[in-house]
Amino acid sequence: MLAWTIYLSFAGALVLALLPSGKAALARWVALAVAVAGLALAVQGFVAGMGHGRVIITDVAWVPSMGVHYLLAADGISRVLVLLTGLAAVAGVLFSWNIELRTNQFFAFFLALIGGVYGVFLSFDLFLLFVFYEIAIVPKYFLIAIWGSTRREYAAMKLALYSFLGSAMVLIGLLAAYATAGSHSTGLIALAHAGLPVSFQMWCFPLVFTGFAILAGMWPFHTWAPTGHVAAPTAASMLLAGVVMKLGAYGCLRVAIALFPHGLDPWGFSFAGLASWRDVFAVLAIVGIVYGALVALVQTDFKFVIGYSSVSHMGFVLLGLVTLNQIGVTGAVLQMFSHGIIAGLLFAIVGRIVYDRTHTRQLAELETMHLSRRLPFAAWAFVVAGMASMGLPGFSGFVAEFQVLVGAWKVAAWWTAAAGVGIVVGVAYTWRALQKAFFSDSTPNVHVAEQEHAHAFAAITWPEVTGVVLLAGVSLGVGLYPRILLDAIEPAVKALLAGGGQ
Amino acid sequence: MSGFPILTLLTVLPLVGAAIALFAGKRARQVALGTTLASLALALVVWSELPANGTIGLVERAAWAPSLGIEYHLGVDALGALMLVLSAIVTLMSVDAAHRAHHKPGLYFALVLVLESGLFGSFTALNFFHWFLFWELSLIPAFFLIKLWGGARRGPAATQFFVYTMAGSVALLVAFLAVFLSTGSMDFPHLTLLASTGELEPLVTAHLGASLLGIPVMLWLAVGVLAGFSVKVPMAPFHTWLPAAYAEAPSPVTMLLTGAMSKMGVYGLLRIALPLFGVQIAQMRTPLLVLAVITVVMGAFAAAAQKDLKRVFAYSSVNHLGYCLLGIFALAVPVAVGDAGRLASQAAALNGVILQMFNHGVTAAALFWFVAMLQQRTGGHRGIDDFGGLRKPAPVLAGLMGIALFSSLGLPGLNGFPGEFLIFRGVFSLAWVAATVSVLGLLVTAVVILTVIQKLFTGPVPAHCAGFPDLHHGERMALAPVIGLMLLVGLLPQLITESVNPTVVNLLAHWRF
Repeated sequence: MLAWTIYLSFAGALVLALLPSGKAALARWVALAVAVAGLALAVQGFVAGMGHGRVIITDVAWVPSMGVHYLLAADGISRVLVLLTGLAAVAGVLFSWNIELRTNQFFAFFLALIGGVYGVFLSFDLFLLFVFYEIAIVPKYFLIAIWGSTRREYAAMKLALYSFLGSAMVLIGLLAAYATAGSHSTGLIALAHAGLPVSFQMWCFPLVFTGFAILAGMWPFHTWAPTGHVAAPTAASMLLAGVVMKLGAYGCLRVAIALFPHGLDPWGFSFAGLASWRDVFAVLAIVGIVYGALVALVQTDFKFVIGYSSVSHMGFVLLGLVTLNQIGVTGAVLQMFSHGIIAGLLFAIVGRIVYDRTHTRQLAELETMHLSRRLPFAAWAFVVAGMASMGLPGFSGFVAEFQVLVGAWKVAAWWTAAAGVGIVVGVAYTWRALQKAFFSDSTPNVHVAEQEHAHAFAAITWPEVTGVVLLAGVSLGVGLYPRILLDAIEPAVKALLAGGGQ
Repeated sequence: MSGFPILTLLTVLPLVGAAIALFAGKRARQVALGTTLASLALALVVWSELPANGTIGLVERAAWAPSLGIEYHLGVDALGALMLVLSAIVTLMSVDAAHRAHHKPGLYFALVLVLESGLFGSFTALNFFHWFLFWELSLIPAFFLIKLWGGARRGPAATQFFVYTMAGSVALLVAFLAVFLSTGSMDFPHLTLLASTGELEPLVTAHLGASLLGIPVMLWLAVGVLAGFSVKVPMAPFHTWLPAAYAEAPSPVTMLLTGAMSKMGVYGLLRIALPLFGVQIAQMRTPLLVLAVITVVMGAFAAAAQKDLKRVFAYSSVNHLGYCLLGIFALAVPVAVGDAGRLASQAAALNGVILQMFNHGVTAAALFWFVAMLQQRTGGHRGIDDFGGLRKPAPVLAGLMGIALFSSLGLPGLNGFPGEFLIFRGVFSLAWVAATVSVLGLLVTAVVILTVIQKLFTGPVPAHCAGFPDLHHGERMALAPVIGLMLLVGLLPQLITESVNPTVVNLLAHWRF
C-alpha cells in the first residue's frame, strides 16, 4: 500500500497540471485531497508495519542487463520518514491556500516534489533511488523560480547547482561501487553484501557521503540552504527544510554508511587530530551546528533566522549519523522527523502567517508592529514552535537531540560539549527572534494605536489554524510519547548497523 | 486511595483549568479560584495519605520510553507532599491577590495555572526526564507573566530571568546526560540507591574517565547540578537576576516566584544533588558554606539598602533561602557509625530546612500580597518612604501585615521561627563558624523588618495616603486563613514535623557523604 503514496502524488500532479487554469479553488481542494490521502496511506503503512522489519513492497526487473530492479521496500526508518512526508505535504497545502498565481501549476509541482520524496524513502534499489532523488530536484527549482521572493532566480539556480553537484558526486560513487562489486545488481541489499574492498570504501565513502550531505546542509556546503529557504514560497520552504534536507541525510545513512561502513574506519594515521572520515564529518557537523546557530543569532531577516537554524539542526542529524552507535543514529533519524515538523511550522508562521500580512520580514520593522497584540495567534504559535525548536523537553526535538548528544558522548565527550554550545546559542537566537518579532517592549502611542486599528490584519484562516495545530500537535505528541516512533526506528537502525549495512 | 492516580490528577487538574480559563474571558478568575481550591484540597489529601514510615508513597509507574531510561514514575514523601501543599496554597493566594480587573484575564490566569501544574509535576516526578519537563514547563509561563504584565522595565527583567535559569538548566541537563550515559538510568530512587552504596562513582569513572582537566569527573557533574539549582534558589553569586525579576513582575506573580518557584531549587538540592553527589558536596563543603553565608549576610545587608518595598522583600527572600542553603551544606559531612549527636544535628538541620521552605513560602507570598494591596490603594506607590502612619487609617491591614512581617523576622510563636531555629540548632554543632557569621544576617534582617514597620505604620500620614481604606471584608476573609496558618505553624510546628521527621530520617539514611 505504501507504494501508492508515490503513484497517488504523481497522479495528483498530472491531474492538476491538466486542470484548466483559473480554477484555483478546485486545484486547492484536489491538492489537499491528494495530500491527505497520501498521509492516510503513510499512517496506515506505519501502523501496519509496526513489529515488522524490512518489508518488500514491489520487486520487478527493470533493466535486466544491468541488474536494475524496480524495488520498493520499507523498514522502520522509511516508514517514519514517509509519515513525515505525508504530514509535510498536508501542512504545505494548507499553508499555500492563499496562492493565487497559477494555482494549479503550483500544486502540480508541489505534488511532483512530494511524489519524488516518497519515492526516495521507499527505494531499495540504488538506481531507482537516484532517479527519484533527481526527480525531486526539478520541481523545487520551478517552485522557487516562479513563486519565490527575494532574489528567487539566483536562489533557485544556486539550489539546483548545488543539488546537481551533490548528485554528480553520488553518481560517480555509485557507478564505481557497481563496477567494483561486480554483482550485477543495483539492489541496496545485494551491494551491501558484495564485500567491497576496504580501500575502495575508503575513497568512495567520503565522495558519496559528501554528495548527499550537501543536500542535508552540511557546512561548508550549506550556503544554498538559507538563500533557498528564504527565496522559496512558504510551502516550498517548508518542504525544503522539512523533507528535502532529509533526503540528503537519508542518503548519507541508507547509501553511504550502509554500503561503505569501512569508509569510516581509522586511516591509520592522524592529520590535525583527525584520524578517520568519521572524525572529519563529525567536525563538519559540529561546525555546522555552532556556526548555523551563531549566524542565526545576528540575522536581521526573520526568515533567515529560521533558514540558518535549519543548518544548525541538521548538523545534529549528521553528527548522530557518524556516531555509528545505536542511540546516536536513532537520535539522528528521530531528529530528521522532528526537524521536518518543527522547521515546517516555523517557516509556515514566518512566511505565511506573518509575512503575508505584514509584507516585511525585517525584525527591525516587525518590532514596531506589536504583533503579540495584533496577531496573537501567530505570536503564541511561534512561542510553541520556538519552544520545540529550542529543544525544550516535552517536544520532539528534545528527545532527538538528547539521543544524539548521548550517542556523541559515547564516541568523544568533546563532540557533545561542542554541540551543546549550539543548543545554548539556539535558545538565544530563538528567544531573540521571538522578542523582536512579537513581544517588543515599545508601547504604542494613541495615534499609532488608532492607525493600527484602521489597518487591521486579515483574520487568521482555518487552513492556517489547522496546519499549526497539526504540526505543533505532532511535535508535542512525539515529545511526550517518543516510543511511538522509537519502536519503529530502533529495530531498523539496529539491523542497519549490524548486518553488513542492511 | 491505593491505585488511584491522585498525583497525576493533581498535575493535570490545573492544565484543564488553564484550558478553560483561556476561553473564560472575564470569568477566568473564578475558574482559577475554583481550580486552585480543588488543587489545594487534593494536595491535602495527598499529605494525609503519606506512608507513616517516611518512604515514598502514592507511587505511579508506567513505561514511557524504556530505551532512553524514561519512565512515568511519580511518588511523594513528606518533603514532596509538603511542597505540593505549599504550591497549592501560594497559587491560591496569588490568584486571590490578582484582584484588579486584568488586561487579558484569560491568558493571565491560564499561565498561572500552567505554572501551578509545572510546580506539581516537578515536586512529584521521580524520573529525570519527567522532572525536567515540568521544571522547564514552569519557566515559560513565569517568563510571560513577567514579560506581559510586569512593570516598566519588565523586558530586560524577564529576559535576564529566563537566560539565567536556562543556563542553569543546561548545566543540569549535561550533568544528567553523563549520569544516564554511565548508568543507563534516569530514575531518582534507583540512582540514589547506586550512590548510597557507592556504585555510582565507579560507573561514572568507567564510562567517562576519572578526571577532566585535572578535576574528577564526579566533581564536574556535582558542580553542574549545583549550578542549575543555585540559580533557581538563588545562591550568591547567581542571584543577580532575582531583584529585577521580583520587582518588575506584578506582585501576585512575585508571590509565585518567591513562594513556590524558589523552592524548586531547594527541593532539587534535596531530591537530586545531595542523594547523588553527597560525597562531592561534602568535598566542596567549605566553599559552598562560604557562598551560603554570603547569601545570608549579603541578602540581609542588600535588603537594608533598598528603598523599594518589593526589592526589600526580594533581598530578604535571598537571605531567608540562604538559611536553607546553610543547613543543607552544613549537614553534608560524613558521620561515624554510632555518632548519635552528629546524626541528631543533621536531622535537626534538615527538619529545619524543610520547615523553612514551607514557612518562607507562605510568609514571603503574604508580604508581596500586602505590597500589592498597598499599591492598589495608592495608585502604585511601593517606596518604603511613600507611606506613614497607616496604623491610624488602616489598623486591620497594619495589624495583619505586622504579623506577616514579624513572621519574616522570625519571632517565636510565628511560623518563621521554628525552621530557622532548627537550622541554627543543627548548624551550630556541624559548622559553628558559618552559623556564627550567619547570625549577623538574623540581626540585620531584624533591623530591616523593624524599619519597614516603623516607616509604614508610624509617623505622619502623607497626603496621598489620606483616604487610605482599610481591608474590606473580602480581603479579611482571604487573609484570615493565611495569618491563621502562620500562627498555627508557629505554635504547633509538630503538625508538620511529625510527618516530615520520618522522611528526614529516611533521607539521611540514604545519603552518603
